[in-house]
Amino acid sequence: MTVLAESMAGSRPRTPAGRLVAALNHWVIHIALGLIGVIWLVPTIGLLVTSFRPRSDIQATGWWDIFNLHLTLENYRQVLEAQGMLQAFVNTVFIAVPSTFLPLAICSLAAYAFSWIKFPFRDTLFLIVIAFLLVPVQVAFIPLLTTATSLVPDLQLTRGYVAVWLAHTAFALPFGIFLLRNFFITLPPDMIEAARMDGASDFRVFSRIVLPVSVPAIAAYGIFQFLWVWNDLLMALVFVQDSSKFPMTRAIQNLLSQYGTEWHLLAAGAFLLMIVPLIVFFSLQRYFVQGLLAGSIK
Amino acid sequence: MGLAPTPAIPANEMPAQAGLTAARRARGPEAPNYGAAILFLLPAAILLVVFLLYPALYTILLSFNRGRNGVFEQWVGLDNYARLFADPDFLNLGTFPPSGALWNNVLWIVFYTSIVIFLGLIIAVVAARVRYESVVKAIVFIPMAIAATALAVIWKFVYAPDANIGLLNALLGTVGIAPISWLGDEGLVNFALIAVGIWGSVGFATVILSAAVKSIPAEVIESARVEGATERQIFFRMILPMVSLPISVLAVTLVVNVIKLFDLIYVMTGGGPGKASRVIAFTMYQQAFQAGQYGYGSAVAVVMLVVLIPIMIYNVRRFRTGSVT
Repeated sequence: MTVLAESMAGSRPRTPAGRLVAALNHWVIHIALGLIGVIWLVPTIGLLVTSFRPRSDIQATGWWDIFNLHLTLENYRQVLEAQGMLQAFVNTVFIAVPSTFLPLAICSLAAYAFSWIKFPFRDTLFLIVIAFLLVPVQVAFIPLLTTATSLVPDLQLTRGYVAVWLAHTAFALPFGIFLLRNFFITLPPDMIEAARMDGASDFRVFSRIVLPVSVPAIAAYGIFQFLWVWNDLLMALVFVQDSSKFPMTRAIQNLLSQYGTEWHLLAAGAFLLMIVPLIVFFSLQRYFVQGLLAGSIK
Repeated sequence: MGLAPTPAIPANEMPAQAGLTAARRARGPEAPNYGAAILFLLPAAILLVVFLLYPALYTILLSFNRGRNGVFEQWVGLDNYARLFADPDFLNLGTFPPSGALWNNVLWIVFYTSIVIFLGLIIAVVAARVRYESVVKAIVFIPMAIAATALAVIWKFVYAPDANIGLLNALLGTVGIAPISWLGDEGLVNFALIAVGIWGSVGFATVILSAAVKSIPAEVIESARVEGATERQIFFRMILPMVSLPISVLAVTLVVNVIKLFDLIYVMTGGGPGKASRVIAFTMYQQAFQAGQYGYGSAVAVVMLVVLIPIMIYNVRRFRTGSVT
C-alpha cells in the first residue's frame, strides 16, 4: 500500500498557474521547515558553543559572535574536577543501571504471568496494573521517607542508592508490565504449547522461548527506562540524601543555585548530562522511538 | 527525560489480539497454575504493594491528619484541604487573571496541550511532503532525549536578561527593544516556561501524529482529489477526523505530563519569581520537604491523584472496550 506522502508528491497540478502555485507552496514549505529546524537546533547549539568558550569571552560577547571564537576545554576540566561532575557522572551510572535492569527483569516475569500462565482474577489484576500506571510518585514520598526511617532508623536507605533504585523500579513496573505483556501476548500460542507438550517448565518457556524472541520489545523498553532514570531529578531529590552520591541532574541544579550566571560551568555541565542520551538517541533511534511510541500508541 | 511522556498511557489502538478476550483465547494450560503464577508475580507484587499501594493509602490517611513528621498525630478531618483551597498560593480565583499553583496547571493544560498538538500535526503533515522528512522529525525529536534539567539550562541561557548572553534579548535588541526579563516577570514567566515545554514535546507529537497520518491509505486521499477536493478540504474533512483518536490519546498523555510537571519548573525558576510559576507537583515537594508540612503536602499529593483518577478510569475503560473488537 502506498502512503500519503507519496500520494501528495504524486499529484501534479495540470495548469501552468496551478504549477506556479504548487512551486510557491513548495518554497513556503521549505522555508517553514527550515525555520522549524533553526528554532529546534539553535538553542542547543548555542549552549554547546558556549561550553567551549572561555569565561571572559562569554561575559564579553554572545556565543553568536563567531568572528571572535576561541575554543577551550577548560570549562569541562573545571566542572569535572573542581565541581565534582565526574563523581556525579559515575553516580548517575550507579543509579541508572540497576534502575533499568531491575524493572526489566521483574516486568518480564510479571508480563509472562499475565500473558501465558492461567490463574484466577488475572484480568482484574491486570486492570489494576493499568490503573496504577497513573499513580503519581508524589503519593509515595512522605510515607517512604518517614515510615522507613521511623521503623528502621539504622537502615538509612536514602544514604545509599537502595531507596532510589527501589522507588524507580516500583514506579516503572506498571508501564513495563503493560508494555511487555502487550508484546508477549502477540507471540504464537502454538510455540508455547509445543514447548509445554515437551515438558518444559514455565521458567524454561520464559527464559528459552519468550525472552529470546522478545529482545526488540525488551530493548525498546530498556532504552526508555534507562533514559527516564538517567534524566530524572525528582526521585534523586527525594531519595538520595548523601551529597557525595548526587547524580548529575542534582549537581547541575546545585551549580545553578550557587552560581546562576556562571554559564561556562552550566553549559559544560548540561552537556555532560546530555551526552549519553544523545548518543543513545542517535545510535538507537529506531528502538528509542519505538519505546516512546509504545508508551502512548501501539 | 523530564518532558518526555510519562510512561502512563496504555495503547488504545492495540491489536485486537492484545485485548483481554484474546488473552483468554491464547491461554496457557487448562488448569490454573497457582505456583508458577505466584513465583512470576511475587517480585512485582511485593514492590507494588510496599512502594506504591501502601504509601498511597498512607498518604491519603495522612492528608486527614496534622501529620508533623509523617506520623498520625491528630485527626483533623478536611482541615488540610480547607487550608489548601483557601490558600491563594494554591488557587486564587478572586483576582483577574486568577493565580496560584493549580491555576498555573490549568494554563499549562490549555496552552501547552493545544499548541503541542497543533504544531505536531502541522509538522507531521507538512514534513510528509518533502524528501528530508526524517531529518526534520529527528531534529524536533532531539529534546525528547534530553533531561528536563538540561532543557532548563538551555532555555535559561536563551532567556538570559543580558543581551550579550541571552539570544532572545539579543534578537529583540536588533530591532530596538529593551531586554525583557522573561523569567523574572510574574505575568510572563508561565508563558516563557510553557514555551519551553512546547519546544520539548512537539517532537513527540510529531512522531505519533506522523505515524497516524501515514496510516491513512493513499487511495482514499487520491480518490478524494479526483473528486475535486481541495488540499484544505482533504486536511479538515479527511486527515483530521482520521487522526482524531491518536490526537485524543496524545492529549491525555500531555495532560498527565502537565499534572506531573516538576523538574523544569524546579530548575528554571524554583517556582518564582515569588510564587508566580509554581505548579501542584512543585507545591507538593515544597510543602512537604522544604516547609515540613507533611499533612498539607499529603493533601496536595492526594489532589494530584484525584485529578488523575478520571484518566485512570478512561484508560481502564478504553482497554476493556478495545478488547471487544
